[in-house]
Parts: sequence; C-alpha cells; structure tokens
Amino acid sequence: MTDTTQNTGAVTPISSLHTLDARTKRRNAAENRFKLYGMIAIGIGLLMLVTLLTTILSKGTGAFTQTFVTMEVELLESKLDKSGERDLEKIKKVTTFGYAPLIKTAFEKTVEIHGIETDLKSKTMAKILSKSAASQLRNYVIANPDQIGQTIEFRFLANSRVDGYMKGRVTRDSIANDKNITPAQLDFVDQLIEAGALKKTFNIDFIIGADASDQRPEAAGIGVAMMGSLFMMLVVLALALPIGVAASIYLEEFAPKNWITDIIEVNISNLAAVPSIVFGILGLAVFINYMHLPQSAPLVGGLVLTLMTLPTIIISTRAALKAVPPSIRDAALGVGASKMQAVFHHVLPLAAPGILTGTIIGLAQALGETAPLLLIGMIGFIASNMPETVGEGLLSPNSAMPAQIYEWAKRADPAFYERAWGGIIILLIFLISMNTLAVLLRRRFERRW
Amino acid sequence: MYDTEKLGTDVNQTETKISARNVQVYYGDTHAIKDVNVDIDAKSVTAFIGPSGCGKSTFLRCINRMNDTIDVCRVEGDIKIDGEDIYDKRVDPVQLRAKVGMVFQKPNPFPKSIYDNIAYGPRIHGLAKNKADLDEIVEKSLRRGAIWNEVKDRLHAPGTGLSGGQQQRLCIARAVATEPEVLLMDEPCSALDPIATAQVEELIDELRDQYSVVIVTHSMQQAARVSQKTAFFHLGNLVEYGDTSQIFTNPKDERTESYITGRIG
Repeated sequence: MTDTTQNTGAVTPISSLHTLDARTKRRNAAENRFKLYGMIAIGIGLLMLVTLLTTILSKGTGAFTQTFVTMEVELLESKLDKSGERDLEKIKKVTTFGYAPLIKTAFEKTVEIHGIETDLKSKTMAKILSKSAASQLRNYVIANPDQIGQTIEFRFLANSRVDGYMKGRVTRDSIANDKNITPAQLDFVDQLIEAGALKKTFNIDFIIGADASDQRPEAAGIGVAMMGSLFMMLVVLALALPIGVAASIYLEEFAPKNWITDIIEVNISNLAAVPSIVFGILGLAVFINYMHLPQSAPLVGGLVLTLMTLPTIIISTRAALKAVPPSIRDAALGVGASKMQAVFHHVLPLAAPGILTGTIIGLAQALGETAPLLLIGMIGFIASNMPETVGEGLLSPNSAMPAQIYEWAKRADPAFYERAWGGIIILLIFLISMNTLAVLLRRRFERRW
Repeated sequence: MYDTEKLGTDVNQTETKISARNVQVYYGDTHAIKDVNVDIDAKSVTAFIGPSGCGKSTFLRCINRMNDTIDVCRVEGDIKIDGEDIYDKRVDPVQLRAKVGMVFQKPNPFPKSIYDNIAYGPRIHGLAKNKADLDEIVEKSLRRGAIWNEVKDRLHAPGTGLSGGQQQRLCIARAVATEPEVLLMDEPCSALDPIATAQVEELIDELRDQYSVVIVTHSMQQAARVSQKTAFFHLGNLVEYGDTSQIFTNPKDERTESYITGRIG
C-alpha cells in the first residue's frame, strides 16, 4: 500500500495505457480468433438445421393435401339390392365389383353435366380414382341402406398418379413407361380440373387414418400408428416415471454409500449408453419368447421403451435431487421432520421441475425410437383400424410413428416417399412440442431459494 | 443485556441440562472430537468458540444427532439430556430433534410462505388441533422470534423474500415453534450485518428465559456479549470451559489466552 502511494504523482509511467504492448495484442488476437471459430461453428450448425427443416417441409407438406374427385353417384337399387327388401345381409353380399359399374355410370354423367368432350371409355375414366373408391361406396351403402335408390354426392380419392400429377411429381414425360396411367387420362384430368370436379384439398385422413396397402398409397395415413405411439408412451409414463423416481430417491437420499451402490450407479450410467436395438432383442427374448406377450403389441413396445427410458429418468432425477441445496434438508431435519418427510415435503417439490423435464425428454426420446420396435414386430404393413378400447390399444398389433415412417420410406411407390416426409413433420411437431412443454414447465415451476 | 457480571451469579444456581462424557467423533479415519466432557446449564446461553475446524460445530451437531445424516460420521461416548442418553438405541432422532431445535449458519427458510415456514414443525408433530391453534402457535413463535411486527401483514408472502437478518429470525422462530427445550445455533450471525446481528443477539438473550441455548460463534465479542458460559475448542479438544467472564478475563489455559488475544486461530 505504502509503495503505491510513493509512485503516484507526476512520475512518468513506464508504459502508456494508450498503446497496446505485443503480448496484449497477441492475446486479443487469439481471443478474437476463438470468437470467430465459435461463430463459424454456430453458423454451420444453423445452416444444417435450416437445410434440414426446409427439406423436410418442402418434401413433406405434400402429404397433407390430397386430390379428390367430387361427383354424384346414383345408388341403383337394381345393382345393390335386387330383392328390394333392404336386408343388410343380402346387401353385404354385393362385393366391390358390384359397385364398379355405378362409378362408371357416375363418370359418364359427370362428363355429360360438365360438357366434357373425351374419347375415353368410362372404364378408363374410372381408373383415375383410387382403388379404394368402390369400397368407400360400399361402406357408405352398408352404413346407410335406406339411401339406396338416391343420388348422392361423393368425394373420391384420386389415385396416386393423378395426385402426383397435381403435385408436379408426375408429368406426361415421366409416365411414358407407366402402365397405371396414360397421357389421355391426364388430359381428362385437366378437363375435370377445369370443370371443378377434381381438386387438391387438405387431407385429414393422412393424420387420422390407417396405413394402406402398396396398391393405394393415396389412402395411407399415420393416425393408427400415432395411436400405437400414444399407447406405448402411456405404458412408458406409467412404469418409468414411478419406478425411476422411486429408484432415484432411494439411491440419492436413503441408500448408504458403499461399493454396491457404486456398482449400481456405474451400471445405470452404462445402461443409458446401451444401443436401443439391444433393448429390442432383450424385449423379444423376455417379453415375447419367454412371457408370451403378443407380438407387435404397443404393450410390449412400451415395456421395451420403459427399459430404455429408465436410465435417462433416473439420471436426470438424481441430478435434480442433488441440485436441491442441503440446507433445505437440514432445515427440515432440524425441526424434527423424518427423512421421508424432509424428502417428500421439501426436496421433491423443489426437484419436481427437473424430474418433469427429464421425464419429458426421456419420453420424447422413446417416441422417436425405431430400432427396438423392429425386433418386436411393430413394423411392416399392419392393416389395423383405430383401436376402440384401451385393452385393444395395448394388445392388438400396431405400429408406431417412426416405424411407420421407416416402412413408408422403404416402399417402392414415390407416393409413399412423400408420406414418409409428411410423417416426419408430424413426429417432429410432437417432439418439439414435448420439448417446449419441458422448458415451459421448468420455467414455470422453478423456484429460487 | 451485556451485564455479564450480574448474569454470572445466576449461572451457579442453574441445573445441568446436557451432560457429555468422553465424547469422541470420527469422520472416517479422522478423529474430529477428542474426549470432550462438558455440562451445559439449563436456561442459560453457552458459547462454543475456537478456530475454524476445531470441532465446535461437529460437537454441536452431536447434541441433536444431525451427524447421523453423514454416513462416515461415528460418535462414541455419552451425551445425556435430562439424564437420558440420546445415543441410546431406543431414542428416535426425529423425536430428539423436536426437543432440540437447531438454527443454522446460513438462513435457510423453506421456499414457502412465512406462515408455512413456522407451521411446518407444529404440523408434522401434531401440536395444533385446529387452524386457530396453529394460527396462535405461528403468532407466538413469530413474536418470540422478534419478527412478528415486521411480517404480520404478509404472512403468506414467501419466506425467502425477507432480508438476511429477517430470514434468520424467521428460522429462529421456526425452531422455537416446536416447543424445544434446547436451542442449538451454529454461527447464526455469520451471514448477517451488524444491525441484524444485534437484533439476533438481543433475541438470544430473551430466549434464555425458556431455553438452554448453545451457540457456536467465531466472534469472541459475540460470545462475551450473549453467553454466560464459554467453551474453547482447539484441534478437537475442549481446552477450557467456564464462566464467560472468567474465560475472557482470566483464562487458565495458555492456548485460550493465545486465541482470545489473537495469537492463534
């Protein structure tokens, strides 16, 4: 202290603060370079993210719209119910082949109403519709037998080539070797567009519908697979959250610190890094081959994903518990709370936001997991309808969103490819909203002390 | 309140509340407390002083068995409160801690309302039959903690929103809410400014009417101001124990003298 007071005053300083010495210059340059590297790294990351998102959006948005043909169909009694008794059993005997003539007639009428001039035969015209058109008609008639004899307006799915033409995927050049559609049919499609009978509109069935066979990609939807994912997540939440939180609380707050708990701790960390396909084969061996649970069932998928999610939840819960300051535990014990009261009244509420965040992120991981599902059969064409009860949802064969996307991506028809991208958009919406929820919950409930 | 001479005469008439005999504490292999024998009087303030790491806080935490929460900690010897061995197998530490309250170094209110901070102890011990009872306990405790006037209009505001000194008085009020007989204070003023410290010291002096207060402090002035008896710890040993006035004016042990005159510590 005394030295400095002696140096102050009119003494000339050895170096000026207004000029940088060489060492400072080097240090500043290094710092600036480092900042630049950082910005470049972030830039590359952002660029990739933007590329990824634009690719997904540009390729996937097509899946949410679909081409429909609107026309009036006369439900001829002579074709559908010859006896005129409206006996449902007899009506059901008419197969989709029996409905094909109705559609042809409808096309002839449509052409007439709109004044379209075409050389096509009605059979060729009808081919621009999806193969599901006749069954759509049949389902309607079976549901409303009293409508037989009436003329009713229907909205039929156009087939995937016509849809592709509307979306620019199919052109007159590209169909040179295509047996499914001819340039003449495309001309007819153009005429229908002009007449307003053929339109591309939003397709809710993609979001709520079931998968469809290779022959009719236009009818495929991700809704049932979404239900499969939902039921799996319910199983994961119901099992992984209580088991994971209970295990973490015991390990963190009650268990003695000795070599056994050390081994458990190391193994939990290791389990978090085990490839998910290993959990899949474990699930196959234990749940299906040994316990004989049904194949392809969301229950089994949920059990496998529970195994996979548990380490994530345990690790994040323990971190959240550790982050609660020990002074809170002391305070509770100091007024005579038992250990359990201290944990449940004070520590757990403070750790809850962290636990919730960990759980949601664990669930989001499980939601996007495909590999273990391949091994327990939740993949492939699963022509199931929407499950009607919880039991059915858990036990009847189903797929999951990522598995459905994988399935579509590997099918040959490019129309399925578009649906795979569409599926990715839906999956990403789920993941992003779950992560957002995690962040919001943490913000909302985070308390300071 | 600083009239230690007058208080010193009272001390001799009081009975022993806590008696420790041959207490040893080990942290793993470290022998932290070596053979401590001490008798702490009822309804008086006893100060533990000594340099950092001398074991005074460790010994304090033995009295309400807070050391049980540390896995590697081992306590030997006898500590008796009212003649009952608190390390007896039949003693439940939870029950003990209701009888021996504790105030910590750093104010640590629960992140709940002021009301809930006080009401928590009585609730878990079932001290209140109904809401009115509980309200009464909360008011009484806050008054005894000398903070009632400051918080009576905002009982449902968070306890963590108070100033440091208020928080510490809230913690003291919380500790007395369970009707303890002994109050342990582990450097209660170390995080407080001089004004808050004076308020807490005044409070400690008032608490002496009903409780046996044991206070660990780094400040010798504080020990001299608030306590009737003082124990000096050094390297895990209880070096000297006696009337505060005697320790500070006429220490018998060389080490005590060195410490209070600032040569060691």
